[in-house]
Amino acid sequence: MGIIKFVNQLFFDYTFRTVLLGALTLGIVSGGLGAFAVLRRQSLLGDAISHAALPGIAIAFLLTGSKSPVVLVLGAAIAGWLGTLVIMSITHHSRIKTDSALGLVLSVFFGLGLVVLTYIQKMPNANQAGLETYLFGQAATLLAKDVLTMGILGVLSLALMLLFWKELKLLTFDAEFGRSLGFPVRMLDLLLITLLVVAIVIGLQTVGVVLMSAMIVAPAAAARQWTDRFGLMVGLAGILGALAGVSGAILSSTIEHLPTGPTIVLMLSGVVFLSLILAPNRGILWRWLREQHQRHQLQMNAILSDLFILAQHHQDASHGHSIKVLRTMSQGHGGVDRSLKALKAKGLVIEQAKDEWILSAKGMEAAQKLAQSNEVDE
Amino acid sequence: MTLVQIEIQLVAILTASACALVGVFLILRGMAMMSDAISHAILFGIVLAFFWIKDISSPLLILAAALTGLLTVSLVEIIHRTKLVREDAAMGLVFPLLFSIGVILITRYAENIHLDTDAVLLGELAFAPLNRLFFLGIDLGPKAFFIMAGIFSLNLFFILFFYKELKLTTFDSGLAAALGFMPGFIHYALMSLVSLTAVGAFDTVGSILVVALMITPPATAYLITNQLSRMIVGSIIVGVFSAISGYWIAHWLDVSIAGSMATMTGVIFLSVFLLAPENGLIARTRRRIRLRWDFAQTMLLVHLLHHTGQPEAPEECHQDHICEHLHWKPEFARQVVRFAKQAGVIRIKQNNLTLTPQGQAQAEQAMLTSALHPQE
Repeated sequence: MGIIKFVNQLFFDYTFRTVLLGALTLGIVSGGLGAFAVLRRQSLLGDAISHAALPGIAIAFLLTGSKSPVVLVLGAAIAGWLGTLVIMSITHHSRIKTDSALGLVLSVFFGLGLVVLTYIQKMPNANQAGLETYLFGQAATLLAKDVLTMGILGVLSLALMLLFWKELKLLTFDAEFGRSLGFPVRMLDLLLITLLVVAIVIGLQTVGVVLMSAMIVAPAAAARQWTDRFGLMVGLAGILGALAGVSGAILSSTIEHLPTGPTIVLMLSGVVFLSLILAPNRGILWRWLREQHQRHQLQMNAILSDLFILAQHHQDASHGHSIKVLRTMSQGHGGVDRSLKALKAKGLVIEQAKDEWILSAKGMEAAQKLAQSNEVDE
Repeated sequence: MTLVQIEIQLVAILTASACALVGVFLILRGMAMMSDAISHAILFGIVLAFFWIKDISSPLLILAAALTGLLTVSLVEIIHRTKLVREDAAMGLVFPLLFSIGVILITRYAENIHLDTDAVLLGELAFAPLNRLFFLGIDLGPKAFFIMAGIFSLNLFFILFFYKELKLTTFDSGLAAALGFMPGFIHYALMSLVSLTAVGAFDTVGSILVVALMITPPATAYLITNQLSRMIVGSIIVGVFSAISGYWIAHWLDVSIAGSMATMTGVIFLSVFLLAPENGLIARTRRRIRLRWDFAQTMLLVHLLHHTGQPEAPEECHQDHICEHLHWKPEFARQVVRFAKQAGVIRIKQNNLTLTPQGQAQAEQAMLTSALHPQE
């Protein structure tokens, strides 16, 4: 698709604009609120909530016969919320651990959802078509009223998040401290879970119940790599979520036979992969470079102290030493040639004749310092 | 019952039992969600293997797809080991990716593959009897039956053969490692079986409901027993019962069989969770309430014992003042007194409370027990 056509579509194509706006909204909301969930070790709660929402959607349709976004989102939210409540009461009232409770609620609610969905499919009602899109999501089915509902709910939940920013941050990092300060921790917990439920249900039509959890986890996991500041992380997660959502939605609505949910997940995974590798400080590449640098530093120090020991063993400080001697002394850590070259460039060692290495005056000083600091350490 | 119905139920029973066997160890090891990750991720393997083998129920495809399950486990561990994300988040990153690739491959090449996205999630148990196994031209039965029977036996033999090792690595992996039992080996063997079971069951019950069959029956059994062997047997019973009842409910309502089986596991879990005789929510709540009243009554008896025959007795043991001395709410105190009188441990004479011989004995007994365990 040419850029001109793309811009043309962006501004003048109704469906395209709707899809774009929808993906943008859900990306920002689920990314931002997902950051809380990931930091609170509730990454998989999103998975449970989104699966648990399915019977809510199906039952809401069964009861009202309406596919209006408000009705279905409400049904999904109630079921998702109920699922969370069941998880909490199972772990609270029995010895069953959280992961089992999550898997139990996730799969049983989903099973119930399938039962109701297949029941609806058998009904002689032409209106029922389209509920299956909630499984994998279909951005192309978004209508202006859907996006409006998403927008209002999204803005509302982000506003609540900002309003209770300080409290929610405290809850995320040190709930016990919050309790001791007299904050209503249980209420805040409930608020945050409700916000998470809202963030999940507004994305179900676009991404689908099966993969919506990725919209919660992935942007936050990616954003976490780039910053240690919580506010930045939440903002960045929102931006990354929106980027992946929008690009995935565009791809899937321009290429045929490309389901939206999985496409968005591919985009998200790309973002996460790049972040894990490239992010400064925490990233894998960065860490590798730092390790290389430190190893080089250690190797140079080893050569310096080896030469220093050799100089102490010989009365004549200007007695040169062969590279072979140094290699023998630094068995196991290697890199002798490279380190010598680097030390020479720094003016710490001198090659006074062919293959005769000694410490320079500056090098002697550095080696002495090194020896002293080693003694202190020991 | 027709032959087809019996065949479907047999497949369902075998699937539920095979899932329950490995599920027990998943929930005891705190790895329940790994079954969710694996069952999603194997779709990728199934689709890839299908490109080569072209037969959804070939044992080779099942083995190839099961490798994806192991790939998932290792990927989660690799990502977790970078320490950049926590384990639960690592899981939440890996399986959606593999699942998405699988779904995209299916939808892109839908014409070449006789798989569709609905079948991925739902499975279709009703179709199981259509795909039959022939040997020398003789119809032996549905293929799914033999596949699940094979997987069930494999799981059973593994558990019987490595029972001691599984038990030790599950409950004390540190000790197991110190004794040389190779917890790592057991871990990967178990994960292989989970993958294999998920792939085998995927065709019939779909990828998400495998999770219900793996987690819910063992979780139900875990509510009522402390013994591993009983938990294993119990979870198979729950699984089989959900399979049969789920089938008939689905038959009656004309809905998804797998969905109905999963729902039944949930219904059974909920009933046990609420009604179990000892650990059920209702029994526990009742016990807590009874303990509260028992404790209050003992307090009252001990209080009376202290002041019996003392000069301050009329003051201390007055019916209307008892609440102040014991720091109770007046309403609560009145209740306790009423219950105590009904139990025949106190008498009320002119608003003064006195112990009956039986009450005296109980109070002395309470003092004796607390004296034996001072300040415990």
